[in-house]
Amino acid sequence: MSKKTSLYNIHTNHGAKMVEFAGYQMPIQYKDGIIQEHKFTRENAGIFDVSHMGQLFISGSDELTEDLEKIFPVNLKNLKINQSKYSFLMNEEGGIHDDLIITKMNDGYLIILNAACKNQDFEIIQKKLNNKYQMNLDESLSLIAIQGPKAKDVLGKIVSNINDLSFMNGGNFTFEDTEIYVTRSGYTGEDGFEISIDNQKAEKFVKQLIENGGKLIGLGARDTLRLEAGLCLYGNDLDEKTSPIEANLKWAIPKSRVETDYPGSEIIKKQINEGVKTLRVGIKPETRVIARGNTKIFNEEDKEIGKITSGTFGPSVDCSIAMGYVENNYSPTNTKVFLEVRGKKIPANVCDLPFYKKNYVKGEKNV
Amino acid sequence: MSEVKFSKEHEWITLEGEVATIGITKHATEMLGDIVFAELPEKGSNVEKDGTAGVVESTKAASDVYTPVSGEVVDINQAIVDDPSKINEDPEGSAWFFKLKMKDMSEMDSLMNKEEYDKFAKESAS
Repeated sequence: MSKKTSLYNIHTNHGAKMVEFAGYQMPIQYKDGIIQEHKFTRENAGIFDVSHMGQLFISGSDELTEDLEKIFPVNLKNLKINQSKYSFLMNEEGGIHDDLIITKMNDGYLIILNAACKNQDFEIIQKKLNNKYQMNLDESLSLIAIQGPKAKDVLGKIVSNINDLSFMNGGNFTFEDTEIYVTRSGYTGEDGFEISIDNQKAEKFVKQLIENGGKLIGLGARDTLRLEAGLCLYGNDLDEKTSPIEANLKWAIPKSRVETDYPGSEIIKKQINEGVKTLRVGIKPETRVIARGNTKIFNEEDKEIGKITSGTFGPSVDCSIAMGYVENNYSPTNTKVFLEVRGKKIPANVCDLPFYKKNYVKGEKNV
Repeated sequence: MSEVKFSKEHEWITLEGEVATIGITKHATEMLGDIVFAELPEKGSNVEKDGTAGVVESTKAASDVYTPVSGEVVDINQAIVDDPSKINEDPEGSAWFFKLKMKDMSEMDSLMNKEEYDKFAKESAS
């Protein structure tokens, strides 16, 4: 039996098509459909139920910071309280168990994990920390994202002082008499927020967001939004056999950590110094044909040089878009490639990511 | 123009003389979601009853389009290739897919009428 989030009734009341995703009943789309939902988010304020994602709290202080730096290739000592960073849980081969957002809290760390990975992540982290710290994958909390240029206005009507937050920073706020934790972040290429809130209050909170102009958006549009923004989806674009360097996410590993120890660090250092054989790139087909995951990529001499990992139609850029891995010498922008779709070779070009660019509020480079 | 007939693959077909106009049903578009790509058979090519005669892709997945009758493709609707969202807007009207010069008029006999199709669509959806 798949689980329901605390917003299940709101989804079905708004005409959601529910699908099973990572063990949860989740809305793939509502009545408006993926394209309208996508465009609404780009122009207005889309509300996403991301309660299936893991909210892992680890309690501890300075010693925990040191121990977590042995697990994540990120600089936690310099992180300010309430500041977030994108990072990875990696294996010894330099592959990725999961990609995540880690936030420093007053009394520990909050780590947001992918739904399909969260239980395994918990076990891996617990083992690496030798059960030294209290860890809680908190199922009593919902996670709601509000994304788009009007997210700050819609959220601002029901939560005070929300606009004080800068990008990749969080803080404690109140909704009615309930304490909530809000970060200015998201995965759509838009300004926005993610709100961690008690399950009991989640439905009321979302209803008020809707009353103030927000609209529920399904997983379908979440996927087209993140792909237009050039963001990776774990399981498609990232996996246990792919390193952050191959995934072109080197920016997420600070220079100060390259010489230091974490799982896979030797391999990552070698890849940084010597280069990698394959690299994640953006790819634009020259026609409207969609090249979905596992589509083979060929060069002009008909030699197979890689594979698409995500592909869709980008409603805001109004064309077919894809990401994939190609042999390194085919990674420069504007390299001509061919995609095999239904037996035909479709011409395409390697292109810069993201496909769709909008400035984040006080944006961090490269995120 | 003849009565509209329907196939189990969710195509509709109307007949004018021996030329059939074929498209996909409203029910099919509702199941597919937003259509973002359409591929049609080549003009002048021959297609066989129940064979593939095109592709539509929604934001979610690709689906083959079948032809409910055999014949020679005498016209295609370029407008839906240029703007596939037209298929969601008017699937059983202006967003027809292709026209065939039919080979065997008796192939029409096995197709469903509107009432039969509506019942079939309702049952297959549940």
